[in-house]
Amino acid sequence: MTTATIGLYATALCLLIGSGFALVGVIGLLKFNDPMARLHAPTKVGTVGIGMLLLASVIHSSATGATSFHELLIMAFLFVTAPISANFIAKVNIHRRTCETPPPPPEDETWSTLDTPQEDQDIKV
Amino acid sequence: MITATGLLNIALIITFIVLALGQILAMVRVVIGPTSADRILALDTMVINALGLVVVLGIYQGVQIYFEVSLLIAMLGFVATVALARFLLRGDIIE
Repeated sequence: MTTATIGLYATALCLLIGSGFALVGVIGLLKFNDPMARLHAPTKVGTVGIGMLLLASVIHSSATGATSFHELLIMAFLFVTAPISANFIAKVNIHRRTCETPPPPPEDETWSTLDTPQEDQDIKV
Repeated sequence: MITATGLLNIALIITFIVLALGQILAMVRVVIGPTSADRILALDTMVINALGLVVVLGIYQGVQIYFEVSLLIAMLGFVATVALARFLLRGDIIE
């Protein structure tokens, strides 16, 4: 068994793992009842699912001769930005009261993301 | 005994079908909502799935030219998600 054959098998394995994660994430997005619970599932698609597909692309290009590691750049970008966008969507949920407000912290009066002036809290969108 | 190329072709077809199905299911969540945050989340998932489709198309055709496309989709998707969430949070994008 040559290195190219092993590379093709590894590509197929990475593709199947990535598509499995993508499917599970979208089913979770559709099935959960609570907005914060729905936030949990698709964030895994962005990191593990697409990460596996990009890894499959790297392995495939190595196995067929034209080695390139460009895809690692996209992977790094997604790993950095996925938590940020998830944090923003969670903040939207907290501010628009579509989930339970977290209990107040022991020391300060309120959480810093909720510590906004009164006129900013009443924005109607 | 199935060959490596045959297995790869089957895996590619399965991945295409799963990602397309994911686009349709995420579109259902965009339509039924119920909150705006859910719609933003579903649109973000659709961008991520489109990125995966482009990457898998690059593997299927065996070319490298889809790299720039997928990088641009990743960047635009992140900026769009943050802009939409920020608009809902503050009523404004750039203050």
